Amino acid sequence: MSAPYAKLPAWADYGLIPLINLCVAFLVAGLVVMLVGENPFRAAAILVEGALGRGQNIAYTLYYATSFIFTGLAVAVAFHCSLFNIGGEGQAYVGGLGVAVVCLAFDSILPWWVVFPLAVAGAALFGAAWAFIPAYFQARRGSHIVITTIMFNFIAASLMVYLLVNVLKPATSQAPQTRTFLEGGQLPKLNFVLEALGFSVRSAPFNLSFLLALLAAFLVWVLIWRTRLGYEIRMRGFSPKAARYAGVSDTKIVIVAMLISGALAGMMALNPVMGDQNRLQIDFVTGAGFVGIAVALMGRSHPAGIVPAAILFGMLYQGGAELAFEMPNISRDMIVIIQGLVILFAGALEHMFRPSVQAAIATLSPRAVGAEARQGEGG
Amino acid sequence: MDFFNTLILLLDSTVRLSVPLLLAALAGLYSERSGVFDIGLEGKMLAGAFAAGAAAAVTASAWAGLGAAIMVSVFLALVHGFASITHRGNQIVSGVAINFIAAGSTIILGQAWFRQGGRTPSLPADGRFGAIELPFADAVRDVPILGPIYAELLSGHSLLVYAAFLLVPFTWWVLFRTRFGLRLRAVGENPAAVDTAGISVSWLRYRAVICTGILTGMAGSYLALAQNAGFVKDMTAGRGFIALAALIFAKWKPVPVMFACLLFGFLDAFAIRIQGTPLPLIGQVPVQFMQALPYILTVVLLAGFIGKAIPPRAGGVPYVKER
Repeated sequence: MSAPYAKLPAWADYGLIPLINLCVAFLVAGLVVMLVGENPFRAAAILVEGALGRGQNIAYTLYYATSFIFTGLAVAVAFHCSLFNIGGEGQAYVGGLGVAVVCLAFDSILPWWVVFPLAVAGAALFGAAWAFIPAYFQARRGSHIVITTIMFNFIAASLMVYLLVNVLKPATSQAPQTRTFLEGGQLPKLNFVLEALGFSVRSAPFNLSFLLALLAAFLVWVLIWRTRLGYEIRMRGFSPKAARYAGVSDTKIVIVAMLISGALAGMMALNPVMGDQNRLQIDFVTGAGFVGIAVALMGRSHPAGIVPAAILFGMLYQGGAELAFEMPNISRDMIVIIQGLVILFAGALEHMFRPSVQAAIATLSPRAVGAEARQGEGG
Repeated sequence: MDFFNTLILLLDSTVRLSVPLLLAALAGLYSERSGVFDIGLEGKMLAGAFAAGAAAAVTASAWAGLGAAIMVSVFLALVHGFASITHRGNQIVSGVAINFIAAGSTIILGQAWFRQGGRTPSLPADGRFGAIELPFADAVRDVPILGPIYAELLSGHSLLVYAAFLLVPFTWWVLFRTRFGLRLRAVGENPAAVDTAGISVSWLRYRAVICTGILTGMAGSYLALAQNAGFVKDMTAGRGFIALAALIFAKWKPVPVMFACLLFGFLDAFAIRIQGTPLPLIGQVPVQFMQALPYILTVVLLAGFIGKAIPPRAGGVPYVKER
């Protein structure tokens, strides 16, 4: 993800350009809304109202955001190593298996606060294991990680359907899902936090894993920018050759980065499985693994960008649900379009507006560009 | 004889199921051979299927449907080209974006325009590509062995099926016997050399992604106008990725692509056929395993356990002209 383009002041690079890209994405989404014969401004108003209007809605927004923080971090860690992990969806799905196994085994004998760390470990372990095979093949066999992780998403989907239908489903039930976890397998809700702030929340799945997600974001920041391992990951990301020259084992760093990425994706499963539904269901990930790509691109692979980007996508998910109520022409699939447009403009076309922004800044204040350029060379 | 008839039926559905894979994989072949990776085949095929279903429903003409499908997926292919050729963006990211845009907009527009829960109205016979009976198919039906092969297996497919299989030798000819093909392959291996020879790398790559758009449009049309009578939401169901797998499996060569697609189509047909019946020696094979098999085979291949799949050397790398 290196940018062989002229330097810009940091505020433009990390603030202005992502903002422009985001605005263009929403502008095009607005055109789609117009195409189906609705007023885009009214749609935007309903969306924001639906996401933040009442305590209930905020709780839902944060519930969705929790999943996206995990998957966004997962994609970002791999990005720093210049690996594109599209397999977040499958890793999260298999991570759910880890959560379910722990919960089914211990929910009747242990309290939730003992089960929770075990479930975190289970989710991370299973998610990492699912990322390990593509990582190993990339590192040792040179097979393209993008393709293998896509394939592993499909393999995960088949595997999980098989397990749910043939192994995990209780004999007495028809639906392909595990039994409901007992109290030991249920995370406490965090709705009281919002209520303490003066919002009223009737019932929402906003739960403890949100705090875990914030902790994970902080730890990823520490890992990437404050540890030796993170330095090696970033070095490999900038230049595999330089990393090898500096004595970093390419195999090791690729596998480690992917294991961390897979573990983060797997931990996403805690939120829906242990925090909300309290059972393992088919397709519980519902695209969160893919949203992670958009979140990581929008957040520029930095935790400080990923958390707000995840909350924005949480707003889109929650607000989109309300929007589907108010405007029958716009179903929740509108979010998928917005997601695609954000990936397109903030990801693939990220450099489209750079030359014009640079020209504008150069005209307004030539010193900003020139001075920053010299500083950039030094750092 | 019973076994023979079952085999013919199985192969017949193999052909039907492998056609969308074949068209999409050939589509990917053009783009990837020119050095532009395309994981957006799925999205372009889906958008094409929707455009085909919608246009054919409105005009009651299969040809209008095909035209609309090609236009829409060429447009998406050009978006991919604009991002990855002109703006030198990440080709994988752009492909992912196109998949999402297609997945979302086909449902939203379908619901807004036709109000049938994301599907397009059922098409009349004129709106579809019907079966074409080859000459004498009825006359030779009773000839043992060869009769059923001709009448059941070869005859009675839609126009797009024959077109797809004819496109295999055509693609081979274009790639390996024309000047355009030589340059296309060269630009995927060493764009700087092509540039030095005074040929525009961008224009060549743009032409390659346009070919991709045309073929994915045909693949989508096949799904909506021949295999089904209209568009159904998310009807590609991962076929674009299986096509991608077939393309890699065939090491980016046209004739092997056909065999890879036939193999994956056969696996699909076989899975449908044996559902619930135990096999000799192995016992009951889970459906899910059969569904996952193309993906597993591709991963095994990519890992270098069955030969080695070496992609075009400049694939995925935007070309920067030296200044």
